[in-house]
Amino acid sequence: METAPKPGKDVPPKKDKLQTKRKKPRRYWEEETVPTTAGASPGPPRNKKNRELRPQRPKNAHILKKSRISKKPQVPKKPREWKNPESQSGLSGAQDPFPGPAPVPVEVVQKFCRIDKSRKLLHSKAKTRSRLEVAEAEEEETSIKAARSELLLAEEPGFLEGEDGEDTAKICQADIVEAVDIASAAKHFDLNLRQFGPYRLNYSRTGRHLAFGGRRGHVAALDWVTKKLMCEINVMEAVRDIRFLHSEALLAVAQNRWLHIYDNQGIELHCIRRCDRVTRLEFLPFHFLLATASETGFLTYLDVSVGKIVAALNARAGRLDVMSQNPYNAVIHLGHSNGTVSLWSPAMKEPLAKILCHRGGVRAVAVDSTGTYMATSGLDHQLKIFDLRGTYQPLSTRTLPHGAGHLAFSQRGLLVAGMGDVVNIWAGQGKASPPSLEQPYLTHRLSGPVHGLQFCPFEDVLGVGHTGGITSMLVPGASEPNFDGLESNPYRSRKQRQEWEVKALLEKVPAELICLDPRALAEVDVISLEQGKKEQIERLGYDPQAKAPFQPKPKQKGRSSTASLVKRKRKVMDEEHRDKVRQSLQQQHHKEAKAKPTGARPSALDRFVR
Amino acid sequence: MNVNQVAENLALSHQEELVDLPKNYPLSENEDEGDSDGERKHQKLLEAISSLDGKNRRKLAERSEASLKVSEFSVSSEGSGEKLVLADLLEPVKTSSSLATIKKQLNRVKSKKVVELPLNKEKIEQIHREVAFSKTSQVLSKWDPIILKNQQAEQLVFPLGKEQPAIAPIEHALSGWKARTPLEQEIFNLLHKNKQPVTDPLLTPMEKASLQAMSLEEAKMHRAELQRARALQSYYEAKARKEKKIKSKKYHRVVKKGKAKKALKEFEQLQKVNPTVALEEMEKIENARMMERMSLKHQNSGKWAKSKAIMAKYDLEARQAMQEQLAQNKELTQKLQVASESEEEEGGTEVEELLVPHVVNEVQMNVDGPNPWMFRSCTSDTKEAATQEDPEQLPELAAHEVSASGAEERPVAEEEILLREFEERQSLRKRSELNQDAEPASSQETKDSSSQEVLSELRALSQKLKEKHQSRKQKASSEGTVPQVQREEPAPEEAEPLLLQRSERVQTLEELEELGKEDCFQNKELPRPVLEGQQSERTPNNRPDAPKEKKEKEQLINLQNFLTTQSPSMRSLAVPTIIEELEDEEERDQRQMIKEAFAGDDVIRDFLKEKREAVEASKPKDVDLTLPGWGEWGGVGLKPSAKKRRQFLIKAPEGPPRKDKNLPNVIISEKRNIHAAAHQVQVLPYPFTHHRQFERTIQTPIGSTWNTQRAFQKLTTPKVVTKPGHIIKPIKAEDVGYQSSSRSDLPVIQRNPKRITTRHNKEEKL
Repeated sequence: METAPKPGKDVPPKKDKLQTKRKKPRRYWEEETVPTTAGASPGPPRNKKNRELRPQRPKNAHILKKSRISKKPQVPKKPREWKNPESQSGLSGAQDPFPGPAPVPVEVVQKFCRIDKSRKLLHSKAKTRSRLEVAEAEEEETSIKAARSELLLAEEPGFLEGEDGEDTAKICQADIVEAVDIASAAKHFDLNLRQFGPYRLNYSRTGRHLAFGGRRGHVAALDWVTKKLMCEINVMEAVRDIRFLHSEALLAVAQNRWLHIYDNQGIELHCIRRCDRVTRLEFLPFHFLLATASETGFLTYLDVSVGKIVAALNARAGRLDVMSQNPYNAVIHLGHSNGTVSLWSPAMKEPLAKILCHRGGVRAVAVDSTGTYMATSGLDHQLKIFDLRGTYQPLSTRTLPHGAGHLAFSQRGLLVAGMGDVVNIWAGQGKASPPSLEQPYLTHRLSGPVHGLQFCPFEDVLGVGHTGGITSMLVPGASEPNFDGLESNPYRSRKQRQEWEVKALLEKVPAELICLDPRALAEVDVISLEQGKKEQIERLGYDPQAKAPFQPKPKQKGRSSTASLVKRKRKVMDEEHRDKVRQSLQQQHHKEAKAKPTGARPSALDRFVR
Repeated sequence: MNVNQVAENLALSHQEELVDLPKNYPLSENEDEGDSDGERKHQKLLEAISSLDGKNRRKLAERSEASLKVSEFSVSSEGSGEKLVLADLLEPVKTSSSLATIKKQLNRVKSKKVVELPLNKEKIEQIHREVAFSKTSQVLSKWDPIILKNQQAEQLVFPLGKEQPAIAPIEHALSGWKARTPLEQEIFNLLHKNKQPVTDPLLTPMEKASLQAMSLEEAKMHRAELQRARALQSYYEAKARKEKKIKSKKYHRVVKKGKAKKALKEFEQLQKVNPTVALEEMEKIENARMMERMSLKHQNSGKWAKSKAIMAKYDLEARQAMQEQLAQNKELTQKLQVASESEEEEGGTEVEELLVPHVVNEVQMNVDGPNPWMFRSCTSDTKEAATQEDPEQLPELAAHEVSASGAEERPVAEEEILLREFEERQSLRKRSELNQDAEPASSQETKDSSSQEVLSELRALSQKLKEKHQSRKQKASSEGTVPQVQREEPAPEEAEPLLLQRSERVQTLEELEELGKEDCFQNKELPRPVLEGQQSERTPNNRPDAPKEKKEKEQLINLQNFLTTQSPSMRSLAVPTIIEELEDEEERDQRQMIKEAFAGDDVIRDFLKEKREAVEASKPKDVDLTLPGWGEWGGVGLKPSAKKRRQFLIKAPEGPPRKDKNLPNVIISEKRNIHAAAHQVQVLPYPFTHHRQFERTIQTPIGSTWNTQRAFQKLTTPKVVTKPGHIIKPIKAEDVGYQSSSRSDLPVIQRNPKRITTRHNKEEKL
């Protein structure tokens, strides 16, 4: 490539070529090259014109030459390279200074590993082992790929930090609005709707649309980012709750008597009379289930994709007006007046679990997006955060001056509580940690008592419905900065939404799969497995998988007498028996060791005790 | 064909020959066969008789006289001392031409090989089959690695062609590429100006030259060096391996001691020469000490130690050995630096003092050592003092110190005191409430706290009274002089840490009292870490497996604790303003208050009852098979005997422990979700023998929701891909690099077509 340019040899044939190739469709860059090479032949006027237009033209020509020449020596090199592809080096014989794939941090990879290696496996056959190895290798590979693609999550969450010693709770909304850019500042707004009473509100799953319903019948839906109103109606009936269905096109409204479904133009599509006196609504997006809690004490699951009621469960705990869903496993949490919170799935007639949380009734329940923590507040003015990973024990407790009536978790684990006309937000240390109730992260006073709370997905915004209307607050660091464009894309078009709808319907999860631990579905049903084995043994009359009884091999040279065979058999049997006895003895020892309390150290005087 | 058979055959053929021969003979002896017969018989008889004398000696017939009648059977070669050969017999004195032909014939017969008896047909077929099988299996065994490879291959593409060439590196793709846009051209121009490599972005010519600078000699030397190092390493490894295999304990002991000594010496030297390095060494030693402390080595807990412990009573040596071990442990765990430790301790106490007010620590200082009994008496003392000073604060204190009731004398009087205190406290609270009414804006917080106080008071009082009664009863039963310590007996041993805890809690409350003297109706932030620690400590406390009756009680207590723990109240910047809300809301608030005050116990009791019922319902039921009146008198009002009932009661096997066994505040349903179970795997697939093995292979999700696009595509690649529009021919030896030997392949296929086809099918399936 360092050969000197030899223009003399090159130019004349090129000229001819250009003339012959003139019919070829021209590119914008070729347009320039043609006049430069051809410019010499037609005459000076044209050339001059060109000069005037482009003073750098000669430079361009020069580049052309250079590039043409530089390509020349490469041509013979190419076949040489192809001949010996085993030498991995490049054309110049240089080595890659960073050979191999780029390294990935281990902890990020660990995050995506899902095989539970804590449980030891029994000794397995070679064939099984190879399968297990393949599975593990696959897991590693996929997790490494996933870890690599974390690089694509470019956005970082927002944050709010006080100067040293400054309490972030003292920072008011006006200050935040002043500090942020205009686009973000526009997300803080108040809707003064004093006329139609306290409002409930709901954001759509993409975080783009907002629906709210006032107690005096006012129902509206709007694209809150652009403030474009989609519909506004008065249903002339008390509105208890309002919720978007799977997309922003459908809207479920719990009215005084029945449950109604409207589309985004305010046209009533359905009136579901089987769900009457509904107080709270929850929508399970992956199951297409609308869960309704009613005054009559029934929890009803309505499949909105087929319009069938999947299950109507009687909670046997009186009026239900506290409900929330666990986004991790789609279990519905109901709060009751006897201080318990019960966990429900449509497949079971009885609660999956019941947790005694408060001495008084439960006023609000919220579960965080990872399904790890549950926040409850009760009539005893306490706010508790429970661990939902099997222990159901409170992690932290706080008594609030005026018990929290509404609770909500944000995508990144911020907890908001509405107490009277004040909204308090607590933040945790990181994403996976529970909010620490020691110091509020932010506080805000509204113009009326809070009636509904929700964090907007993918926006650092908290929507508060109160008697005075709707307030949209800015809460830095509340929500996930990166959205999944295929799953919930705030900027999707109508066509994209329709396509997503079809895909989501195809991937609909059956309602009966809702259970406390969704990973349990990836386990073998041991009970039926054992049952099947038992039946097989019964059918065949023997156990095909049983270990065959020991059969001594015949031996040469007269050592295979019957007596010695029997002797050998007995030996093996005895050995097995001894093993069994040993095991049982060990177990006994273990039990004794456990039962024996670890007493104090024996004192020197013990020797005199008789 | 064994040797015997061959020999037999040979003999037979000879006989035939012999029989054939005389045909050409002009024999004269045939006529007088009858005469010679009789003589022969006689001879035989004689022989038999002679052999009767015991010795089996056979006498050779002697020829005494010449006679015409010469028996051909009694020819002997005795005299000549040579073996008689067949040919000699035929050889006449004079050579005759007529005998030559016979001789020739004889030679031919001799040279001819013996023909074997043909085997029977079945045997032959069997042999053929065996041979064919071994040949075929040998031929086919060359496919085994291919089959294995195909079985394990992630993907097979049919028709089996050449593998796709790997993706060419970017440079190869680049070499055919031309800079066409002006921007590209400009860039290339720049690159050329600076003598940067255009096609390979890695090395400039200068760099390349420097890389190539290493001469041949240098490279050789380098290589030799490397070789030497490798050889040395391998020697060392071999040596180490050999040493490791030495089984002598003594040897190892000596080596170990030597090493330790050496290390010590080095360390001492280092101390003199290079103190910083010595410090690092010191750290290492410290680490070793930590390891020792963590491990159970030298703790007299090993197998050997246990065996010694048994002997120790009688055997002095064993005792010594054990003590030696312990001494070693002590030596190893000894801390080296003493000064720094004390410093640390001092620092720690300082911090503590900062956290806890002095008043609290004074009490502790008096007490020497962590003796719980001393603690308790001490705290009760302080409590008494507190009652005298500030009687209102006592109940609050008592709420948490349930078990530690201070004064054991005059329980009735104490009851009275308690009641009086309560009354006082109530009146005081009323007063305070009046105050609150004056300033309603900030009343919420205090109201809350006051209601809390009421509750705790109520509860504490009731509990205290109960306890008093119990203790009195106990006193009545056991003598009145029973010390207070004995009263604590019913509490299990695990309660001890709890008691300790309580004393700690008292500290914090005392602190509260101290603060409360100034303004007792303001909510104070409790030092949070302490409280949280208590909470977390308490929850595990109810874990240990205690007897069941006790546990029930414990649970109740725990539950109450769990719900009544006074949580630190929120210090909020913005206190909600109370606006006159709707009437029903206010009413509800009132009801709330009432409920709050009195329903606390109810909630817990209800819940416990519910839980008990759930547990009962989920337990497997026993089967009673008693027939009343069977084998005994029956009738109205007669019950089968207890013995019989016991005999015929089939106890249900105890199921697995409940998931909420150790969680007093939770009921977890044990019912199986049969709808979900229908979607679970119910049969283990082939190579797996245990369900956990199989579960491992399906734990990674393969959907595109959880994986990147590439990973998803890789995880879901089909096992077999067939190209549309192509003929899939059976696999050939040439395809996989074998030379097909048609001679060996063909006959097998013809003879055993079924076998071959099955094999082929298998391969196609793969």
